[in-house]
Amino acid sequence: MSDVKTIATQRSAMNIPTGRLAVWWVLVSEIVIFGGILASYTMHRMAHADWAEQAAHTNMWIGAFNTFVLLTSSLFAVLAHQAAEKGNGKKASRLLWMTIGGGAVFLTVKSFEWTGEIRHGFTIQSSGFWSYYYTAAGVHAFHVIAGMCLMAWVAGTAAKNQELHRVENVGIYWHFVDIVWIFLFPLLYIAK
Amino acid sequence: MSTTHAPETHAPHDSHAGPHRNYVKIWAILLGLLVVSVTGPMLGIKLVTLITAFGIALVKAYLVAKNFMHLDIEKPIVHWMLVAALALMVLLWAGVAPDVQKHEGQYWKKPPVATHQAPAHDSHGGGGH
Repeated sequence: MSDVKTIATQRSAMNIPTGRLAVWWVLVSEIVIFGGILASYTMHRMAHADWAEQAAHTNMWIGAFNTFVLLTSSLFAVLAHQAAEKGNGKKASRLLWMTIGGGAVFLTVKSFEWTGEIRHGFTIQSSGFWSYYYTAAGVHAFHVIAGMCLMAWVAGTAAKNQELHRVENVGIYWHFVDIVWIFLFPLLYIAK
Repeated sequence: MSTTHAPETHAPHDSHAGPHRNYVKIWAILLGLLVVSVTGPMLGIKLVTLITAFGIALVKAYLVAKNFMHLDIEKPIVHWMLVAALALMVLLWAGVAPDVQKHEGQYWKKPPVATHQAPAHDSHGGGGH
């Protein structure tokens, strides 16, 4: 008896690998989650002109630096995918760890930023704006942490040249997290 | 011992990381757009800020989705899934926005809300003042 268990890996009707299709389903649900947060923030912001005064206390340069970090980590993720496509698991793994490093830098900067804001009295209970600020950025940061954990797991298998298709799947998730930040940045840091 | 093999390797037609894509160049363009989105508000013109901040955010998101997520060569089912999710978001907006953004309607009026005054510290936030 064979010790190899075959699993369904290709959706014949849709002609798309099951893993990648599953990632897209996750992202569809994420669009509803983040879309709800962003849409409700935007409509509240438009209804309350005084929120601009609160938004003026966020630091645009920190937000811009974190945007740079996430965009760079996305570059590493897509280069990891490229390496995986060429069958170079070790290089893909190395690039995934660099992506994780980008996530770590992002979270470190965010923790210092939040510490400063809380010390200045801007807490989640300060006003509607700060409530949205911490909720939106916090949910996003949670997704960054989840992505880093998944990426570490995928990097481990990729280093052994196994399951290289997962490099693309985890990369798609990471790029989505990047896109969410691309919209959070102007909403929370630029529009004042 | 049972091992699970997932022979989910990409067939040549399913390859997503096309060799013709210059990812570093796309990343450089994204950084250029980031610089514009940061410098735009410095002009102090609200319309320019809106265009440079949110217009450029849309362009950046498009570039990441197209080139990094390879959405341009993704299967149609994925496009339909994303369109459905975005349509739900618009539906949410359309359904909720009138209640949030209007302060009175035909048979209702929002009572005034007591607002907390968050402390303002001029020394905090270099880019925000």
